Amino acid sequence: MPHGGDRSVKFGVLQFPGSCDERDALLACAKVADAELLWHGDRDLKGADAIVVPGGFSYGDYLRAGAIARFSPVMESVIEFAHDGGLVLGICNGFQVLCEAGLLPGALLPNVERRFVCRQVDLEVVDAETAFTNRCAPGELLSIPAKHQTGRFYAPDLDPDLVVLRYATGHCFNGSQDEIAGVRNAAGNVFGLMPHPEHAVDPLTGSVDGLSIFSSMAHAGVAV
Amino acid sequence: MDVVSTRVRVLIRPKEGILDPQGKAVERVLPALGFQGVANVHVGRLVELDVNDVSQVGPMCEKLLANTLIEEYSILTPEAEETSPDVGPDAPRG
Amino acid sequence: MSRSEAVALGLTEGEYDGIVDRIGREPNQVELAMFSLMWSEHCAYKHSKKLLRTLPVEGPRLVLGPGENAGAVDVGDGWAVAFKVESHNHPSAVEPFQGAATGVGGILRDVFAIGARPIAVLDSLRFGEPTSERSRYLLDHAVAGIGHYGNSVGVANVGGEVYFEAPYEQNCLVNAMCVGLVERERLIRSAAAGVGNKLVLFGASTGRDGIGGASVLASAELGDADADKRPTVQIGDPFEEKKLLECSLELLDRGLLVALQDLGAAGLTSSSSEMASKGEVGLRIDVRQVPLREADMEPFEIMVSESQERMLCVCEPGRVDAVLEVCARWEVGGTVIGEITDTRRMEIFDGDERVGDIPVEALVDDCPLYDLEPAAPAAPLYDAPARTLEATAARDVLLGLLASPNVASRRPLFEQYDSVVGSRTVRRPEQADAAVLAMPNGGAIGISIDGNGRRVACDPYRGAVEAVLECAANLACAGAEPLGLTNCLNFGNPEKPHIAWQLTEAVRGLGDACRALDLPVVGGNVSLYNEGGEGPIYPTPVVGMVGELPDPLHAGRTGFAREGDAIAIAGPFAPALPGSELAKLRGEPLPDGLPETDVAAVRAAQAAIRDAVRGGRLSSAHDVAEGGLLTAVAESCLAGGLGAELELDVADEERVFGEGPGGFVVSAPEAALRELAERIPVTIIGTVRGESIRGPGLHASLDELRAAHGALAALFD
Repeated sequence: MPHGGDRSVKFGVLQFPGSCDERDALLACAKVADAELLWHGDRDLKGADAIVVPGGFSYGDYLRAGAIARFSPVMESVIEFAHDGGLVLGICNGFQVLCEAGLLPGALLPNVERRFVCRQVDLEVVDAETAFTNRCAPGELLSIPAKHQTGRFYAPDLDPDLVVLRYATGHCFNGSQDEIAGVRNAAGNVFGLMPHPEHAVDPLTGSVDGLSIFSSMAHAGVAV
Repeated sequence: MDVVSTRVRVLIRPKEGILDPQGKAVERVLPALGFQGVANVHVGRLVELDVNDVSQVGPMCEKLLANTLIEEYSILTPEAEETSPDVGPDAPRG
Repeated sequence: MSRSEAVALGLTEGEYDGIVDRIGREPNQVELAMFSLMWSEHCAYKHSKKLLRTLPVEGPRLVLGPGENAGAVDVGDGWAVAFKVESHNHPSAVEPFQGAATGVGGILRDVFAIGARPIAVLDSLRFGEPTSERSRYLLDHAVAGIGHYGNSVGVANVGGEVYFEAPYEQNCLVNAMCVGLVERERLIRSAAAGVGNKLVLFGASTGRDGIGGASVLASAELGDADADKRPTVQIGDPFEEKKLLECSLELLDRGLLVALQDLGAAGLTSSSSEMASKGEVGLRIDVRQVPLREADMEPFEIMVSESQERMLCVCEPGRVDAVLEVCARWEVGGTVIGEITDTRRMEIFDGDERVGDIPVEALVDDCPLYDLEPAAPAAPLYDAPARTLEATAARDVLLGLLASPNVASRRPLFEQYDSVVGSRTVRRPEQADAAVLAMPNGGAIGISIDGNGRRVACDPYRGAVEAVLECAANLACAGAEPLGLTNCLNFGNPEKPHIAWQLTEAVRGLGDACRALDLPVVGGNVSLYNEGGEGPIYPTPVVGMVGELPDPLHAGRTGFAREGDAIAIAGPFAPALPGSELAKLRGEPLPDGLPETDVAAVRAAQAAIRDAVRGGRLSSAHDVAEGGLLTAVAESCLAGGLGAELELDVADEERVFGEGPGGFVVSAPEAALRELAERIPVTIIGTVRGESIRGPGLHASLDELRAAHGALAALFD
């Protein structure tokens, strides 16, 4: 296991009606630790040490991306878990859910070009000290697919210290503020990003750069 | 006991100053279709609901219907629409 | 109900008399509505069934053949791959976003109806020239609709094709193919069985969507009144589909179902009666039990509604509660609407009142089949294309071809689709000639969809042969060996002798090519009456194939990969300019006939390429198609980001820009090419090197090539 697995850490991956990438996230987590799906209707996090809110179109993205999922029973527990310092990763739709839930600053707006875009992008690691990037080097470029229509990050008065990942020059297609790709909360235990690290964990499908996000979490999970 | 419900419309649109690519796209297309003199196009959402207590609609907007970081909303009751159309979505904006 | 109403619903007087004969009386409104759909071209294939019966349907790896919701082939270790292509042409011409979206929705349901999890979508699109505003509108909205639906359901869109030709101006084509994965033992059939078993309708509620859609929309030529047809267009809800998909697969996982069927064209009428027909049973349905979106719907409307995202299943009475529990868990509506009987009749009730009573056989199997009256046209059917290219210097011709809408990069389209969800996509669009998906047993499959209508218009028989060979060639370049084929036959009005001739010849070509490659046809779809005011579309048989490759690590690539590799043209390539992309750009009329192809030699070449790719001996492999040899070389340059130094006589336009099956541009160390030359013709034409394509009389930088190849971006502002 290239990034060092730890079976004493357990990931919980949420599953909402309309989640699309939950199985991929589960596979990615399972490469570095134990992992289990958590049903949106259950409050029980089943002893998970870290939570992944996956991508997709929870509740069809109707009303607003992430707006309805944020009120699901499982999210009540996740919000409590986050307030207690538990590690929470939001990917794409999961990022939108965490913003809607107030666990992360800002909001995601429709891409400047309006269209859905699926593209392999390079992300620059701005902060390699977080619980989500401790296995990365500062300034390292991660090649990870991004695929979304509502990924333009907007957060007026954002504390620049919260920026964890930025799109590399020429790779920000959605018009995000300051080309921000991923941010954390002030406490450092909640992190969201639009690109999909769970789709970059196997050389066969193009890249393994996303794996370091999950192995960082597993590593931090042991430390906690 | 009969409860009287009121038809309420909530209009949600991007906050002023927030880039609205949908509005921009519509604004670009209209002149191409021969409609001149169009400006300030914004595309938002309409939520219609029958409620027993109109005073709850504001909290509903704050909690679920709108994301006030990026969106603003107007609540239209039948009275308001009759009396003052200008406070609603048709009011001019920059 | 009278004969005139039947005719208004699309039946002929003779067909109406046949109905009266079979049920022994005049049909009532519900019955006539049901007959008009089941006896429509769309459901009964009355002008194509006799031809379709000539296609080969047997193969060693065949698991499910034509007749089920989708076909399937064995990919080893207990796994099967299900696939099917289907058209949604007329709905897309009327409302491209919803038409294309619901086209994807329909083909996904076909695949999960047999118990397979959809893992990939491919699409095949045809529009008029992009200089036309209408074509750009249709393209933009159809692509958005496909993306919206597939992305939301979470099924990777891994490939496809699009052509722009004037004959599609009034009648665009939107064909979608879905590929699913299933453990063989989990496959479920659609045959209803077990007298007393319950019929459960689940999914979305029923509204007036697409009432009469199958008859009115799918079997009539489009006229100017398209806009009036808008109210009958179905609206898709991918969120409902996603829940329906997960719910259906969980119902099967738990072993709760006897049979499963999706509701597509002709809604409840077609799905229920086909289940009854296959199971040789009867059904009793109470339309009052069907959850409605609009309260005042008539029984006939409920029976023919094409509301999307609905499924029908049969379960034992003791399992109804468990079935409804799974539905509730997925927030999917589920209702018992009837039961299986031994009457072999469709008995429709509105509460206690019997509102329809038809023998299943009359409805499903007795539609008269028509013989075509083919006659080759005496004069050309299609105008010569408009001349758009004046250049004659090889470099300018090459740039013109790369910028041609039929050759330019499809990136602005495929980037609107999620190609990676599912974590199986080993080769994404433009990385290889076919998409490659990893399989759970450690192997992989290659998938492609192809069909050049203009070539078929030149020569329906040889054009159709070429479509099959092209698709197989794409698989070969990825290292995959074809296991089965699905097809969608998009043609004009078959009641016209020259269209009947195109159809007959094309099906003959498909059949011969499949037999020559030992490929079974696992199913497909026919879309006829594709004509606008200005005449018929190009005859467009679209072919989809699934093949296998043992090791995804050795999946082939389109792009040059290594400086210093030799570049060669391999295979029995005998290019010709008539009917080519260059001939089109120069406004030349379509030739009457294409050169004959030595299918056996092409098959041997594909096998040799496939083996070399699988053995890791080739750095790249790319099939020569539209734009000919030099275009293929440029595409390999762009895909790999590497230039080419060529020793080619670019003044020989036939050689460098001509088209025909059997040619491959490959790159590899020379020793590997010498080895390949022991099996097939191989001519070294240059070396991978630098940042331009250059040779005697030819120089263009990669940036220039890229700019030309990016021409479609302008269509999506």
